[in-house]
Amino acid sequence: MHRHLISAADLTRDDAVLILDTAEEMARVADRPIKKLPTLRGRTVVNLFFEDSTRTRISFEAAEKRLSADVINFTAKGSSVSKGESLKDTAQTLEAMGVDAVVIRHGASGAPYRLATSGWIDAHVINAGDGTHQHPTQALLDAFTMRRRLVGPDAGIGHDLAGRRITIVGDVLHSRVARSNVDLLHTLGAEVTLVAPPTLLPVGIESWPCEVSYDLDRTLPKSDAVMMLRVQRERMKAAFFPTEREYSRRYGLDGERMRRMPEHAIVMHPGPMVRGMEITAEVADSDRCTVVEQVTNGVSIRMAVLYLLLGGNETALTRTTEEK
Amino acid sequence: MSKTLIRGAKVLGGDPQDVLIDGGTVAAVGTGLSAEGAEVVEAAGKVLLPGLVDLHTHLREPGREDSETVLTGTRAAASGGYTAVFAMANTFPVADTAGVVEQVWRLGKEHGYCDVRPVGAVTVGLEGSTLAELGAMHESAAGVTVFSDDGKCVHDAVIMRRALEYVKAFDGVVAQHAQEPRLTEGAQMNEGVVSAELGLGGWPAVAEEAIIARDVLLAEHVGSRVHICHLSTAGSVEIVRWAKARGIRVTAEVTPHHLLLTDELVRTYNPVYKVNPPLRTERDVLVLREALADGTIDIVATDHAPHPHEDKDCEWAAAAMGMVGLETALSVVQETMVDTGLLDWTGVADRMSFAPARIGRAEGHGRPVSVGEPANLTLVDTAYRGSVDPAGFASRSRNTPYEGRELPGRVTHTWLRGTATLVDGKLT
Ligand SMILES: [Zn+2]
Repeated sequence: MHRHLISAADLTRDDAVLILDTAEEMARVADRPIKKLPTLRGRTVVNLFFEDSTRTRISFEAAEKRLSADVINFTAKGSSVSKGESLKDTAQTLEAMGVDAVVIRHGASGAPYRLATSGWIDAHVINAGDGTHQHPTQALLDAFTMRRRLVGPDAGIGHDLAGRRITIVGDVLHSRVARSNVDLLHTLGAEVTLVAPPTLLPVGIESWPCEVSYDLDRTLPKSDAVMMLRVQRERMKAAFFPTEREYSRRYGLDGERMRRMPEHAIVMHPGPMVRGMEITAEVADSDRCTVVEQVTNGVSIRMAVLYLLLGGNETALTRTTEEK
Repeated sequence: MSKTLIRGAKVLGGDPQDVLIDGGTVAAVGTGLSAEGAEVVEAAGKVLLPGLVDLHTHLREPGREDSETVLTGTRAAASGGYTAVFAMANTFPVADTAGVVEQVWRLGKEHGYCDVRPVGAVTVGLEGSTLAELGAMHESAAGVTVFSDDGKCVHDAVIMRRALEYVKAFDGVVAQHAQEPRLTEGAQMNEGVVSAELGLGGWPAVAEEAIIARDVLLAEHVGSRVHICHLSTAGSVEIVRWAKARGIRVTAEVTPHHLLLTDELVRTYNPVYKVNPPLRTERDVLVLREALADGTIDIVATDHAPHPHEDKDCEWAAAAMGMVGLETALSVVQETMVDTGLLDWTGVADRMSFAPARIGRAEGHGRPVSVGEPANLTLVDTAYRGSVDPAGFASRSRNTPYEGRELPGRVTHTWLRGTATLVDGKLT
């Protein structure tokens, strides 16, 4: 493992499997009456959020607290970022306070990388989403969810996702989730297909380790998991597609389409879901849909990442057993 | 007046010769010239060029003196071997009136490390909607001949047409910063494989090419001269080549950094590589070099764009666009064009002195190194190799992409009308 977690592309297959395995152990902590490990006692972790994301922040915070870290939440409003100085200034303040890790969410692609490599700060940096670049813990929790559902929680230990076929649908162009997932799922041996209208696929995508299709109906029957991405309504004004109705008809997931998926196939969504355009209530509420599990798994994954970056090299299991 | 004998220099890369400067002019060129009464500069092995002329410099004064001033910018120019620079109009206030261009011109006269030729804005406030006082700027003491909204594109086709037509009255030229604004909204870097991976807003090549295509057709239609700033794509080269073959009066420039650097460097997210137009691909770089060699691209222009440290010491999205270039231009050209065999030193003299002086009508500059000509000269130690250390820059800003990079060649002496502005690499 690197000192930092900036991009899913930085993880080797073994790194990724180690994180998933560690997350399984962390998940067991959640089943205990006292959901807490002393692992990061005395360590300070800062959640540095330049962009609002209550869900991601709370998930990290829960993970940090379950590992007994001291947690500081720092929310910076976007306006000061345009000045350019705030990231560096904030970093140096945190450095002066001696923080051990910074979980950073930033509207600008590359900001976490810059934070980790600029020399402004010595702490471990964990990317909690940067611009349209990466959101590696989201990709990890998605992979974790897939492994649990498609392979099984215990049977999954030590395994990757070799041969599984994953379809990611929607606004790939603006999606850090799509980028991170393509990188990680490829590393884990899965076959990824991106499905979107051509306007929502980046120029240069041909170099990505995945297939690209404009046709959802042709892709669905051979998918083990279908991940729906969020489409922001303002995209319509920017003329990425003609109308909401047309988008929905071609790229939305409704019950009829879901029934064309293989029996075992699951439906995923990074949340928050906008029911209607991209996913219908019938699909969202079906037991194939893993949105709630994804949220739960997010905490386990983030615990695993924090533990491995800050805690130690061995697997969590030895440590947790001792602590029992 | 003082005399200087430059002994044994390879004039424009040719056989060693002596060049005698007497007063402000070249008094003699030959072998075995008498050194009597002259200060001697031993120049064996070095290349003597006409003083370089930069058609595209940002001096930032008035308004952003924290980045650069006319004084610091002309000192940087002299360090890089330049004897004349054209100062872009995107200052605060914008150089869109006779008053502002005269102010810049006067500051240049007073500071004197090189000649400063102000560029006038095409439109009021660079806003693209109303023509600036083009005639008044031309008639002012500054004698403006080049007009540009650089930093912004004159994107309204009618305004561009009118500007091209209007400057015909005094043989001016409109220098276009070709960037279709709608296609580059939110753009952060070249659009392609790397931008897709980094999640940075893409800046498509076609946003540059579409404007160039339009403007060469406009120039043809109204019979004017148009100059295209900082070409950065292979497609732009093709359009200019086509236009020239068709007889359209178009000239074009390329920056040193577009001859050397690619968008792969953006993977570092280091804002030192953030520039407008953005760094493109390896293929673009190679095509630009060939086009400069075959004359499709007429000149090298630095687009020297100084920014204070804090405007670059931040995350990519928040960082200012631009790089300093005056002090490294010749080295980059040597590395990319001379050492690769694409251009000889006569070619460099053409692309960096003769041609830019001709396009900008900089009288007294870009002249042959021969008797009776103004002694605007640059002496280059082409055998030198060393890594770039921005701490030694004369520019007020240090935003160079070459820090720590080894580049060949070093300007040791610069003369402006016979007076040394740079001696043994030190400003006078
Ligand atoms: Zn420009």
